[in-house]
Amino acid sequence: MTVATIHPIDHLMRADRLPHILCAGCGIGTVIHSYVHAINESGIDPDRHVCVSGIGCSGRAAGYVNVDSYHTTHGRALPFALGIAVHNPELTVTVISGDGDLIAIGGNHFIHAARRNVNLNVICINNFNYGMTGGQVGPTTPVGARGTTAPRGAVEQPFNLPHLAKAAGASFVARWTVLHVRQFTDAVLRSMEKKGFCFTEVLSPCPTSFGRRNDLGEGIEEVEMYRQRCRIDNGAGELEQLGIDIVDPSQPITVGNFVDIEREVFLG
Amino acid sequence: MLGDHACAEGALAAGLDFFAGYPITPSTEVAEHLARRLPDVGGRFVQMEDELGSIAAIIGASAAGARSFTATSGPGFSLMMENIGLAAMMELPCVIVDVQRASPSTGLPTMVGQSDILQARWGSHGDYGIVAYCPASPQECFELTIAAFNTADRYRIPVLILMDEVIGHMAERVIIPEEQEIDRTERKGPLEPPGAKPFLPYAAEEDLVPRIAHAGDGHKVHMTGLTHDERGYPALTAATHDKLVRRLVDKVRLNAGSIVEFEEIGLDDAETVVIAYGCTARSARRAVREARNDGQKVGLLRPKTIWPFPQTRLQQLLEAGTVTRIVVPEVNLGQLRREVERHTRLPVIGLNHAGGEMPTPAAILEVITS
Ligand code: SF4
Repeated sequence: MTVATIHPIDHLMRADRLPHILCAGCGIGTVIHSYVHAINESGIDPDRHVCVSGIGCSGRAAGYVNVDSYHTTHGRALPFALGIAVHNPELTVTVISGDGDLIAIGGNHFIHAARRNVNLNVICINNFNYGMTGGQVGPTTPVGARGTTAPRGAVEQPFNLPHLAKAAGASFVARWTVLHVRQFTDAVLRSMEKKGFCFTEVLSPCPTSFGRRNDLGEGIEEVEMYRQRCRIDNGAGELEQLGIDIVDPSQPITVGNFVDIEREVFLG
Repeated sequence: MLGDHACAEGALAAGLDFFAGYPITPSTEVAEHLARRLPDVGGRFVQMEDELGSIAAIIGASAAGARSFTATSGPGFSLMMENIGLAAMMELPCVIVDVQRASPSTGLPTMVGQSDILQARWGSHGDYGIVAYCPASPQECFELTIAAFNTADRYRIPVLILMDEVIGHMAERVIIPEEQEIDRTERKGPLEPPGAKPFLPYAAEEDLVPRIAHAGDGHKVHMTGLTHDERGYPALTAATHDKLVRRLVDKVRLNAGSIVEFEEIGLDDAETVVIAYGCTARSARRAVREARNDGQKVGLLRPKTIWPFPQTRLQQLLEAGTVTRIVVPEVNLGQLRREVERHTRLPVIGLNHAGGEMPTPAAILEVITS
């Protein structure tokens, strides 16, 4: 019997950075795992992949993958990545960041990068709150959900990210959860093959900050909730109907690959 | 040629690959000129959604190997500050021109100011080193922009060009040399091909500057704004931080001798030294010449690099013992005067206007002769 000593994605991880800083039950590790598998399956030379991230727990993703990687400032991962992608169109540039980073402080860059159809693959790890700073509410926090800055529950209407991305002009739009590892990896892979602004939202447990305050239990229990409530609807047309209600267990969460269109790619 | 256009031409002569910017008076002509010219020479021009995006985009392009550039004015410069710190921390070279207008806030958008001098030096949070050039003519806008790109690449730092509205909007003859006569400092690249050994993007050499590898080169670099070790990996300890930040400051401080540039007139026997920069230096030059024609012992020290400030030359003058007073005219309420006062107990006389107009030669002459 032979024992495998090398894992097929080992060369794509910075093993010397382990152990990572993420909490037990956090979904970010699963996202990194899927991203790295997509790099491997893409057939694109790893030297041609670039990973850019912003700030926060999701922002740490760039530090663990063994490709050229840049951990930038809060909200500015997208324009930083635009600089790379426009200067060198041969590179496959992926932005991995959180909902606060991409949509709150970086919201303006998000709509304009989608509008321009910059050749970027954007993965938004949505855990409905600011995890690293201890659980404040953000632009995706569902109404009624609690955070340290909304102890009585959030009152603001959250963004529905696939709808926002589509409306702003993205070429590819998907939503999955960390439960849907295969489908999520395929969406990332599709983004790598496709030119233009590709956006995938991935719902991810943050047991330490969001889960604890909203009675979602451990990470595994949040994933179980996704198993029970997610409905796959690839190509769903009515994106404006696909808001997420975490608080009301009777509401389904729709996931799928929603948009895949051709538009002229921005080169500056 | 307009000063703003000369600055854009300087960037092109330096081999500009990538411009990202957001329109703001009185720097807009820099962007407009590049929008016309840059695509023809194979570069990319992007009009961004704001200044925060502009500076992030040029740092990203630099990470991919571009000579990159943005142009702005005071309010936009303020918005860029956070990422100027990122460029300093990641040691990604880039060039930012700030065509100064009367401030604070929106101030007088179409009228002159020189009040971003201290913001340029200290505006981003934390300690870091930058170089700032201060042209006093369209010809210098051209030449010092080339110098800015070379210095940025040489030291892996963000470099600033502090113009002002008068210089940006002034038209004068500009001599553009042949391409082969233009100096080009290349970035120091890795010594070995990818894969031979793990590449250390932050292992500094004797000049305190590390070698650089770009996205797509195959060296698989990691860069972060967090405190990092030589591999670029976060290393959040006080000891690593002190070592790193000291080096970021020292690579400019200890190399100042090869960076600092200035012009001098009549300094050897000067009893009164005028220190002036940008548009103010033009009035000062005339005032100093008139005073000398009149037999007065007056000299002019005109920093072309306002940061690092030519302090060695100033100290030399002060040690010679002939100087009795220093006059610093500027279009702000005393920003460079503070820097000069730091070096001497002699009287330092400011001739100041908060912004909107530059001092006339007569006004400076009056202070000199008083
Ligand atoms: S705080 Fe939340 S998002 Fe951050 S690592 Fe922990 S579980 Fe993950």
